[in-house]
Amino acid sequence: MLSSAPRKMNSGFVAWLRRDLLLAYRRRGEVASPVVFFLMVSTLIPLGLTPEAAQLEKVAAGMIWIMALLATLLSVDGLFASDYHDGSLEQMLITPQLLPLPILGKVTAHWLTTGLPLTLVSPLLGLMLSLPIDGYLPLLCSLALGSACLSLVGAVGAALTVSLRKGGLLLSLLVMPLYMPVIIFGTATVNAAVDGLNWLPPLAILGALFAASVALCPLAAAGALRVTASN
Amino acid sequence: MSQAPLLSVENLAFERDDSCLFSAVDFTLDSGDVLQIEGANGSGKTTLLRLLTGSLQPSVGEISYLGQALSECRYNYLSDMLYIGHQPAVKLNLSAEENLRWMVATAAQSNDLSIKDALTQVGLAGYSDIPCYALSAGQHRRVALARLLISQARLWYLDEPFTSIDKQGVAFLQSCLQQHVAQGGAVILSTHQDLALNGLRKYKLLPHIEQGV
Repeated sequence: MLSSAPRKMNSGFVAWLRRDLLLAYRRRGEVASPVVFFLMVSTLIPLGLTPEAAQLEKVAAGMIWIMALLATLLSVDGLFASDYHDGSLEQMLITPQLLPLPILGKVTAHWLTTGLPLTLVSPLLGLMLSLPIDGYLPLLCSLALGSACLSLVGAVGAALTVSLRKGGLLLSLLVMPLYMPVIIFGTATVNAAVDGLNWLPPLAILGALFAASVALCPLAAAGALRVTASN
Repeated sequence: MSQAPLLSVENLAFERDDSCLFSAVDFTLDSGDVLQIEGANGSGKTTLLRLLTGSLQPSVGEISYLGQALSECRYNYLSDMLYIGHQPAVKLNLSAEENLRWMVATAAQSNDLSIKDALTQVGLAGYSDIPCYALSAGQHRRVALARLLISQARLWYLDEPFTSIDKQGVAFLQSCLQQHVAQGGAVILSTHQDLALNGLRKYKLLPHIEQGV
């Protein structure tokens, strides 16, 4: 008999997270490109600017953060695009679960495949840009929190622009203002530590930004996707 | 007292860009019914199905499920519904089995038919671990149709389900539909094929005629 089986309680979070991680694993080369971009551009900085350690260490934190931001911006564009084209986004919109949860699953997968690798390779770049030794731990902490914010905020932009044919530039314009606080407090964390100051206050603000993004961005992205679907 | 029908659609109209696509769509659907939506290309068959899934909002009219408006029973309604659209939602980088696994994982309920068995039944026995980009369009469609076998939903909305599948596939899908309605389910599908099914009704979507012009 139909409909007699007990309903599985599932939020959709795990299903979408697993699917996107599996997809990322299948397209390893493509998924690795933001990290490769991050590494490549950062090796160019000593060549273009100056190889002198004294001057590099002043800009190291800012440069690493700018590269991380651009690398995220590059990849967040495609967060919903392929799902939109093959019809799985439509399936996501009609699942009975609360829509923010599948979205949060997808964003988590995005962070695990871009933000986390960026964070993990950042000490290597710190070495290349002669970041002072005190800056490494704050750099790791701030990038881990900050890149999660970048993925979450980027998801809202990606959701708004998913139905546009050339949404890339618009997406950048939309999310760039929202990325500013993240980069300000991210670099402030590292610079405070390098200057020998207490680096926890800017990191705490970054944590607050992350908490607000986790709570609000999936909701905003869900709203944006509903608007997209009704057009 | 007669029971409220499984699905009833009253005076539905949909406007897009200030022009009315269709209006005054009325029908009810009970368990055991198969409703075939007919109409010329561009007459709004897909739009009507998307209105039924709730991803579009009608301009006028109401859709009710078991006598309740959709907005009041969204969770129950969506749990009891399966929609396969124009695009089969098949991820090309995943194998048929992996595709089906996440589709089932996101569904509210499923029966205990295993994914392997479902794929065997739709004729993809030897293809379950090949990435879907190596399969044909008809095979993609079959992957999506395998969801029907695992689903517990009573309402099936199928948008052109017979596209690009072969004769055996068409016969198999028809027997699937027949079995579903025999178990108390209901189907709304849009297709240009002539179907030989018990309990088949047809609904013809007519273009909206402007009045008083």
